[in-house]
Amino acid sequence: MIPQAFEYEQPSSVADAIAMLGKHGGEARVLAGGHSLLPMMKLRLAAPDALIDIGRIASLRGITDTPDAITIGALTTHAEVAGAEVIASGCPILAETAAGIGDLQVRNRGTIGGSIANADPHGDLPAVLLALDGEATAEGPNGRRTIAAADLFVDYLQTSLSPDEILTEVRVPKASNSAYVKFNRRAQDWAIVGAAAVVHGSSARIALTGVGSKPVRAAAVEAAFDGSNTAEAAGHAADGLDAPSDTAASGEYRAHLARVLVRRALEAAMAR
Amino acid sequence: MKRAVTISVNGVSHATGVEPRTLLVHFLREHLNLTGTHVGCDTSNCGACTVWLDGMAVKSCTVLAVQADGSEVTTIEGVSANGELHPMQRAFHETHGLQCGYCTPGMVMAAIKLLEANPDPSDAEIRRGLEGNLCRCTGYENIVAAVRAAASGVTV
Ligand SMILES: Cc1cc2nc3c(=O)[nH]c(=O)nc-3n(C[C@H](O)[C@H](O)[C@H](O)COP(=O)(O)OP(=O)(O)OC[C@H]3O[C@@H](n4cnc5c(N)ncnc54)[C@H](O)[C@@H]3O)c2cc1C
Ligand code: FES
Ligand code: FES
Repeated sequence: MIPQAFEYEQPSSVADAIAMLGKHGGEARVLAGGHSLLPMMKLRLAAPDALIDIGRIASLRGITDTPDAITIGALTTHAEVAGAEVIASGCPILAETAAGIGDLQVRNRGTIGGSIANADPHGDLPAVLLALDGEATAEGPNGRRTIAAADLFVDYLQTSLSPDEILTEVRVPKASNSAYVKFNRRAQDWAIVGAAAVVHGSSARIALTGVGSKPVRAAAVEAAFDGSNTAEAAGHAADGLDAPSDTAASGEYRAHLARVLVRRALEAAMAR
Repeated sequence: MKRAVTISVNGVSHATGVEPRTLLVHFLREHLNLTGTHVGCDTSNCGACTVWLDGMAVKSCTVLAVQADGSEVTTIEGVSANGELHPMQRAFHETHGLQCGYCTPGMVMAAIKLLEANPDPSDAEIRRGLEGNLCRCTGYENIVAAVRAAASGVTV
């Protein structure tokens, strides 16, 4: 199906883009890779008055390596993240996650900023950013601010970005003992459940996707983990979780997947 | 309101006006009559619409024509030269990598890129690499065989 008609704007700078968002007063949407937004518009689940296509803003691309962290421009595609040597060595969880998103064609268009801003409850990158304790930088009419992953994901498809803000970059700390494991049934499907584990010696940060309206930390696992008891700690992955039932899986099955996938993610992270 | 774009398709530059909501696949099929690129779904899943945008395989149903302004597009019509099938097309032909043929243009476009990135893929890598292309007929066996044949150059 063809999307409903909209006005199309093509800003050449972040400042321009913010001004255009302001001009359309909340009825405009940012267009990045378009691989969540255009499918929704084709199905007429979204019908914005205007699209602000940030795709040509060069400053939003690229990967910067620093001693402790990696900064990734919002427009960097999944394929670029998956293929970057600095990410594969410094933050393997991120490279492996990007390489497993959708399919080849999706990874050639979809962007890291779009995935984070879209906050799909079955998306892979929000949970990974949460486990990494990463952050996003946003620019809006009131300037620039940094939002910790823990404060970013609010609810189903909702972040704490305001509608007139542009997510400009994502920053992740380096974490060599890190891994993401997801489960789905069919090729190209979104995760039914996914588990991200970042291990530092005897402590770990764990986040889950697909178990609620936004990614969550598995606090009970983190509390139980002592640096070697992966199976026992992972057994707590569904503690306090009220995972939803839908056509893909029952809540009970999601709880089971959470326990299994957290164990596998911890094992994979520690083996790196 | 129409917007001016210049899009090069199979080496021919087209300067024209398009409505912003025009999807690249419709621009190719309906404005340029290049109907080799197919539409098989409404959900960005099937990959029948796969073309190369600046050398990368993309689903042209999930790209606006205005996003392709200034870019080079290659469609299935552009992969053969001088009336000779591309080796990947020949491999699909010879190994019966198609039945109804609906998915085939997208499969071929994705498979050529797959071999560019990985010239000697395992069967598992071929299946994984073509994850974005669905086929309702073949059960994929002969599609994998076609890509393997193209990789090893065993086509006449
Ligand atoms: C067939 C298919 C399979 C997929 N499989 C997976 C999968 O397995 N796992 C997964 O995680 N994802 C999957 N995706 C989604 C894919 O990762 C998308 O690329 C991603 O969710 C959105 O990124 P985008 O750049 O395409 O954003 P867009 O679609 O352009 O935008 C998405 C939303 O974010 C907003 N936005 C985008 N960029 C910014 C920005 N810089 N600042 C502020 N707001 C912004 C937009 O306004 C819009 O609301 C799949 C998509 C398809 C089509
Ligand atoms: S038409 Fe199905 S993915 Fe494009
Ligand atoms: S040959 Fe019929 S869909 Fe693939």
